[in-house]
Amino acid sequence: MRRHLTPAMNLLEVRGVSKRYGAVVALRSASLTVAPAEVHALLGANGAGKSTLVKILTGVIRPDAGTIEMGGRPVHLTSPASAPGAGLAAVFQDPSLVPDLTVRQNLRLTGADSAAVRRWLAAMDLRVDEDDLVGDLPLPLLRMLDLARALAREPRLLILDEITAALPADLVERVFLVIRQWREHGRSVLFISHRLVEVRTICDRATVLRDGADVGTLTLAERTEQHIVALMLGPMATSDDAPCPVGPDTGPQPEAAAPDRASAASEARLLLEARGLAMSGALRGVSFSLRAGEILGIAALEGQGQDALFDCLAGNRRADAGEIRVAGRVLAPRSPYDAIRAGVVLVPADRAHALLPQRSARENIALPLYNRATRWGLIDLRGEGTRAGAAIARLAIDTRAQRQVRRMSGGNQQKVVVARWVAAGFRVVLCFDPTRGIDVGTKRQIHRLLRDLAGAGAAVLLFTSELPEIALVCDRVLALYEGRIVHELPAQAADEATLLRLVHGLVREEPVG
Amino acid sequence: MTDPSAPGLEVRRPMAAGRAIRRSAWTVTIVGLLGALLVVEKLVHPALNVFDMQSLVDGALPLCLAAMAQTAVVLSGGIDLSVGPMMSLVNVVSALLMTHATSGQAVLIALGVVAAVVAAGALTGAVIVATGVPDIIVTLATGFVWGGLALHVMPIPGGAAPAGFAALMTGQLGSVPSGLVVIVAALAFLWEPVHRSPAGLALYAVGSNRAAAYLSGVAVGRARVAAYALGGAFAALGGLALTASTTNGNAASGTSYTLTSVAATVLGGVSLVGGRGGMIGPVAAALLLTLINTLLTFEGVDPNFSLVVQGAIVVLVVMVAGLVLVRRRGA
Repeated sequence: MRRHLTPAMNLLEVRGVSKRYGAVVALRSASLTVAPAEVHALLGANGAGKSTLVKILTGVIRPDAGTIEMGGRPVHLTSPASAPGAGLAAVFQDPSLVPDLTVRQNLRLTGADSAAVRRWLAAMDLRVDEDDLVGDLPLPLLRMLDLARALAREPRLLILDEITAALPADLVERVFLVIRQWREHGRSVLFISHRLVEVRTICDRATVLRDGADVGTLTLAERTEQHIVALMLGPMATSDDAPCPVGPDTGPQPEAAAPDRASAASEARLLLEARGLAMSGALRGVSFSLRAGEILGIAALEGQGQDALFDCLAGNRRADAGEIRVAGRVLAPRSPYDAIRAGVVLVPADRAHALLPQRSARENIALPLYNRATRWGLIDLRGEGTRAGAAIARLAIDTRAQRQVRRMSGGNQQKVVVARWVAAGFRVVLCFDPTRGIDVGTKRQIHRLLRDLAGAGAAVLLFTSELPEIALVCDRVLALYEGRIVHELPAQAADEATLLRLVHGLVREEPVG
Repeated sequence: MTDPSAPGLEVRRPMAAGRAIRRSAWTVTIVGLLGALLVVEKLVHPALNVFDMQSLVDGALPLCLAAMAQTAVVLSGGIDLSVGPMMSLVNVVSALLMTHATSGQAVLIALGVVAAVVAAGALTGAVIVATGVPDIIVTLATGFVWGGLALHVMPIPGGAAPAGFAALMTGQLGSVPSGLVVIVAALAFLWEPVHRSPAGLALYAVGSNRAAAYLSGVAVGRARVAAYALGGAFAALGGLALTASTTNGNAASGTSYTLTSVAATVLGGVSLVGGRGGMIGPVAAALLLTLINTLLTFEGVDPNFSLVVQGAIVVLVVMVAGLVLVRRRGA
């Protein structure tokens, strides 16, 4: 093979690239090499730094340190426009086609050779009317068009970021067909995907990122999926014991997973039931039930339908099919107002969506009370103050910066969001990644808070992108994959390795040990 | 057409035929509305002649150009609240400079003014891009600057314009009102070359989806600056049209054009969030708004009330269009 004739010569060589956003380190030190005529996978759990590295390789952001070389020459990317000159072309996770322009105009925008684009589309057995508006085209076709456009630039390295995520199986096959042709012509591909099965099908080698650094490069033919998962997880994957605190930052567990929790909950009242919830493209028949006093975890990779699930439970979007019951009563919310009145409340991932940043903590907490605490127009300030004060005390919110919520720390802001519902009263709380970007101490407080809420008879549905959290706080967990619940298991059995396999859709594989 | 063997790849086309017509449906409707209204006027006032057409076009010319200025910016995803004050400034500066000029000199002065305003537009765009301050705030501020400068230059109306120059923009060319020639020339020689160039594509792209445009390798900042520069060219022509039609300078002459230009832009089918629309629609809408005004004045309606009618028409048309869009999406 070509690769073996010039073993020393790498096409892409990334060394020690790092990037931080303020206090958050997105990439500590990542190195990566891609050989000519190689399909190279970039793997890592959520937050490992994959997308940051892709953005650096395509000129979207600039690294703080480190070097990038293509064919032995240093490359300095200042914007996406400078990537083609370095022999790089990417298909991004979000389509980079402009919706209000026609296909032809989009191709002209990037200076793509439309004959070449047509050829590549034909190679994938697709045809596109170039006078169609891009905004009228279905998403899978846009991805294919994006791919054809990138291929038409004839880059030396093609970067595919989660290209298969939105594609039906037959189109995935066509993408693979083209990737293989591409490799036969001596070109290389950097392939980013959550789907390990696909990675093993199409890639030669893989580099694994963990916590912003590369932790190993392996030849895929020689390794099993278990090996790859182990590398993604790091050293703690070797311990098979159930709920095991992870990393140095987890500290003492909040009254470690009591085995009687689940059994006690099984007799409690059903508070939330979902039956066959479906939403086009995102949810394909999700059913589960949630009892008072129970915390149900949702484990999923990005974009497996968890957003849609939370949205339709909270009344932000309507499901195409299925039924939601709250305490036995059917709930078909037209807006969050309906859901809140039925006692179903949301703690969203982005606190900015929930808070009025310039207003005080008290006003933020009292906001949902305005449905009730007003009497003919005038706000009952005393009643509001009492309820908000009680919630602040109960959640131990640091009130030093309470005059403007935006001045509070992220953790405290998140507590304000929860305090709002504590003050207003609720039956079911939907927590969407509530600990994202929050320091360890506050994280623990939020875990304890969720347990307390459940202890007081509430039902909690928790999606978290940090898999270790599930064993720490939940009673049961559902693994969501491509809009379906693929597995349910008690939290005691939900160690990170098991969960990671489940969220990658590897249901049939038995856990190690 | 897409390969029918691939499921989920069917392109949703509400109407099988006439894609070109569907895409410019709004422009066609507005032009049709304008034509219908002209016919009505002809029926109501059989005496309508070329001279009336002339006065319609003369009256509409500044608004047409203001609408074009606004449209250039709105298409790129911005908004320009300084269009009106800028037209005032152009009006007073050109009237001052042209006071004792010959027509030939006046044309040179006009060219110089256009160049200066293009530069000022580019500067506005550059400030917006460099500082990241929203368009609406920067142009509100520059609007105050231009308006203040206009008053400073000419506290009370004055100045003059040579008859030859006035005739160039508001006279007649053969039997055609030269205002119409100015509009067509502005469309053909200012807008179309940009529209068909990569720069025009970039302008639509940054208005449609800035992130996607950036990822496609479009120089986003440059495209936005170019949009404001182009808008400046149209605004300068609009100010010169004021000078030509009034043959004097007045620091308040352009004030009303900021918001009426936005109205004409919206009525002309340009999406206020950018990326969608054309230039003919807003021009037709500007003519339509002026014609309605004229008709109502003819009928002896209180001019203040005719503003109410104009506003109601804008709301009605945009609302109907919104409903049509919702129904089409829902189908």
